[in-house]
Amino acid sequence: MKKLLTAIIALLATQSALAGVKIEHWLSPTGARVYFVESRVLPILDVQVDFAAGSMFDPPGKSGTAALTRSVLGLGAGKLDETAIAEQMADIGATLGGGADTDRASVALRTLAAADKRDAALGVLQTVVQAPRFEAAIFEREKARTVAGLKEAMTRPDSIAGKAFWAAMYPEHPYGRTATPESVAALSREDLVAHHSRYYTAANASITLVGDISRAEAERFAEAIAAGLSRGAPATLPPAPRVVPGKAVRVEHPASQAHIHIGMPAIERGNPDFFPLIVGNYTLGGGGFVSRLMKEVRDKRGYAYSVSSYFNPLRQAGPFQIGLQTKRAQAKDAIALSRDVLDGFLKDGPSAEELAAAKANLTGSFPLRLDSNKKILDNVAMIGFYGLPLDYLDNYQQKVQAVTVDDVKRAFSSYVRPADLMTVTVAAD
Amino acid sequence: MRMRRLLPLFLLPGLLTAVQANPYETTLKNGLRLIVKEDRRAPTAAQMVWYRIGSMDEVDGASGVAHVLEHMMFKGTPSVGPGEFNKRVSAAGGRDNAFTSRDYTAYFQQVPKEKLPEMMQLEADRMRHLNVDPKEFAQEIKVVMEERRMRTDDNPQAKLFEQMNAVAFQAHPYRRPIIGWMNDLENMTAADARAWYDTWYVPNNAYVVITGDVDHKEVFALAEKYYGGLEGRALPARKPQTEPAQDGTRRVNVKAPAELPVLIMAYKAPVLRDADKDSDPYALEMLAAILDGHDAARFNKKLVREDKVALSVGIGYDSTARGPGMIYLHGSPSEGRTVADLEAALRAEITRIQQDGVSEQELKRAKAQLVAGQVYKLDSMFGQAMEIGQTESAGIPYQKIDRMLEKLQQVSAAEVQAVAKKYFKDDTLTIGVLEPQPLDGKPRRAAVATRH
Repeated sequence: MKKLLTAIIALLATQSALAGVKIEHWLSPTGARVYFVESRVLPILDVQVDFAAGSMFDPPGKSGTAALTRSVLGLGAGKLDETAIAEQMADIGATLGGGADTDRASVALRTLAAADKRDAALGVLQTVVQAPRFEAAIFEREKARTVAGLKEAMTRPDSIAGKAFWAAMYPEHPYGRTATPESVAALSREDLVAHHSRYYTAANASITLVGDISRAEAERFAEAIAAGLSRGAPATLPPAPRVVPGKAVRVEHPASQAHIHIGMPAIERGNPDFFPLIVGNYTLGGGGFVSRLMKEVRDKRGYAYSVSSYFNPLRQAGPFQIGLQTKRAQAKDAIALSRDVLDGFLKDGPSAEELAAAKANLTGSFPLRLDSNKKILDNVAMIGFYGLPLDYLDNYQQKVQAVTVDDVKRAFSSYVRPADLMTVTVAAD
Repeated sequence: MRMRRLLPLFLLPGLLTAVQANPYETTLKNGLRLIVKEDRRAPTAAQMVWYRIGSMDEVDGASGVAHVLEHMMFKGTPSVGPGEFNKRVSAAGGRDNAFTSRDYTAYFQQVPKEKLPEMMQLEADRMRHLNVDPKEFAQEIKVVMEERRMRTDDNPQAKLFEQMNAVAFQAHPYRRPIIGWMNDLENMTAADARAWYDTWYVPNNAYVVITGDVDHKEVFALAEKYYGGLEGRALPARKPQTEPAQDGTRRVNVKAPAELPVLIMAYKAPVLRDADKDSDPYALEMLAAILDGHDAARFNKKLVREDKVALSVGIGYDSTARGPGMIYLHGSPSEGRTVADLEAALRAEITRIQQDGVSEQELKRAKAQLVAGQVYKLDSMFGQAMEIGQTESAGIPYQKIDRMLEKLQQVSAAEVQAVAKKYFKDDTLTIGVLEPQPLDGKPRRAAVATRH
C-alpha cells in the first residue's frame, strides 16, 4: 500500500555511473560478453545476465512468449523446485529479479558478498538460466495468471493507450505486437522451451557484475554462468521498423481522464544523434518541472499533473513520445497545446539560455547517475547489452557539452516529423 | 511498506569505523533540528526538509490542504519567483521533489555535493517567506484535481483503499484521503493554503536530514547561516482525536470499471510508541515477513501456487506512524474463485498460525532477509535519509533505529503466534471489496462475496 503521495519512486529509479567508473570487459571462453566493475565499499555483489530474448523475438501470433518464458524461468530449475529456489535465496538474504521488455530478458541477482552466501546464490542463478524445468503444471498456472492480468490491463486506460500507441506506430514490426489474453492462452509449454533454447545462449548473452569481488572471481563466476548455456548464435533482428504516416486513434473508455500519447518511431541505441536529441528534449519535455511542456500544459493552464516527452532508444528504432493525462473534456485543447509547443520547438529549437540550462543539468547531475552500485549496474548492463562504447560514461558530459542549437534542430527535424506523429487518445470526449 | 532498518554496527564490522559517530545532530536556537549522516561513497548529497504536518492535521472541509500547500511551495517567495526554485535546482544539476503523507510533508533535493549550500539557502527561504499567490493557486488546484483523477478516481484499487479507510476510521483523521476529497479541492481557496502555511511552516515544526559526502561541522555552520535567522513560533495544540474501539466487522463495497475483484481485510493493529518497551509491533513485522516476505512465504506458496485460489496476495503493515495502525491482507481471486473463497483462504492461513504457530526455520529465514536488507539499504544515500526522516516523523528518535533492528532479531516464534491471536479478530476487522464493472455494458463475472 502506497504511503508516499508523489513520484518519489521515479526519482529513485534513475540511472547510474560514477565519474571514473572503470568497466572491465572480456569474452568468456564460452562466448558470452562480460562486463565488470569492482566496487569494494559495501559487501554486496550484483550480477545481471541479459539475453537478447525480449518480446521482439516473439513468433508471429505468439505474443507473450518472451514474457512468460522469463516469468516461469525461476519457478523450478535443475534439482530445485520453485519452493526450494525461493527458500534458498531467502535463507541467505539474496534476491532474484529481472524481467522481459521489448529487447531484453534479464535475470538479476543481488547477494551479500560473503563467500558462503555469494556462492550459494550464484549456484541458484546458474541453475535458473541454464536448466529451467518449465514444468507443465506451473506453466499452466502462470499462463492463467498472465491471462487474468492482461484482461485486467485491458480495462485500464493507461494500458489500453500504451498498446494502441505501439500498434499504431509499428504496424509491421514486432514492437507493435503486444501480448493479448488470446495470444497468451494459445501458448504451449513447447513454445517456452523453444524460446529458451534459441535465445538463452552464451553468444546471445551479456553478463554484468558489480561489487565486492576481484577480477579473477568475476571471470570465474561469469564463465560458470556461460559454460552451462549452449553456445548458440546472436539473435537475428527483424527488418527495421518502417515509419508510416501519422493518424489519430481514438478509444472509448468511461474514465474521468483522457490518456494521450503522441509520437513516432525515432532512434535505436547507439544512434549518433542521441546526444542532440536528449539535450534538446530536456527543454521540450524531458527536464521535469522546467520543461516547456510542463510550463505550458501544467503550470500555465493546469491541464495535467504530469506531462513529458522522451526518446526511448531500443535495439531498433524506439519511439519519441509525448504523454499526458487530462480531464476528458479538455483532451482536445491539451493535445492542440502540446502540438503547438512541439511545433514551436521544432521550428526554433531551444534558446541559447535553454540550451545552457539543459547542459548544466545533464552534465551537473552526472554524479547522481552513478552514486550507487545499483545505478552503476543499470548503466553498465545497458552499455553491455547494446554494445555501446566502453567509454560511453567517460565521454557523456563532453558529448552533452558539444551539442549546438543547430544540432538539436537538425536532429529533431530528422526524427520528429509532424506528419508522421501518431496521436492516441483513450477516454477523450 | 514494511520496515527495513539499518544494519546494527555489530553486523557490519568492516564499516564500523566509518559509521561510529554517524549520524550527527544539532538543534538551532529557533528549534530547527539538523541530522547529518556522512557517507563518502560518491560526491553527492541529499537534503530533506521534514515538516511535522500531514493530512492527519487537517480538519473537515479542508481535506487535501497539506498536499496542496506542498504544491504551492514551488510557487515562489519574494526573492525566488514562481518556478524559479525548480530552475535553480535544475541548473545545479540536481533533482528535487516533495511528498505528503498522513503524518508529514517532506521536500528534498539530490545534488552534486558542492551545491548543497545553495539548496539549504533555497529551503530556508521558503520555510518562512512563501508567497501564496491567488493566481498561481487557481492554476495549481486544477493540477491537484488532475492528480486526484489519475491516482484515485480512475484507479479502482486506490478507490477501494480510500473507501476502506473512510470506513475503518470514524473519529481519527486517518479516515480522510491524503489528496483530499474532490469537493474539498473544488472549494479550497488560496487563503486556506496561506493559513496552513502560516500556522505550521516554522523551524520548530521541522527537521532537516542531510546525507552524503559532507562534513557535519560545515553543514551545521551552513544551517546556522541560512536557517538560523528564521523565527520560531508556538504551535497550536493538536487534539488526539483517538479512534474509539471498533466493536464489530465493517464492510464496504466499491464498484469501478475493472476485470478482477479485489479483497482487502484490514485489522486494527498497534504501532511503535516506545522503541524499547513495545514488543507487539516487532512481532507483527516478523509475522508479515513469514506470511509474505518472499516467493515461497506462506501466502504465495499456499494460496497462489498450491491452492490457486488467488492470482496474487499480499500483506501490508507499517509499524511506525503518528496515528493508529492497521495490518492489511489483500489479493485477487483466481478465475472461477470468488472473493468469499479468497477471504476464507486468508482466514485459514491466519487460523493456522493462531493454532500451530510458526517454525523456527521460517523465523530464521525472515531474520536473514532482514539482515541482508540492512546492508542493501546502504547502497542508497537517499534511502538512508528517508529512513531517518520517517522514523523521526513517527516520534521515534533516529538513534533507536539500531535498537529496533535488535528487537526484531529477538522476536520469538511464540511472540509471533501471540500477536496473531491478539490482533486478527473479527471485531476490529474492516473488509473492502472491489466489484468490477463492465466498461461497455457487457456483463463481467460475479465478484461479490456471497455472505454478508
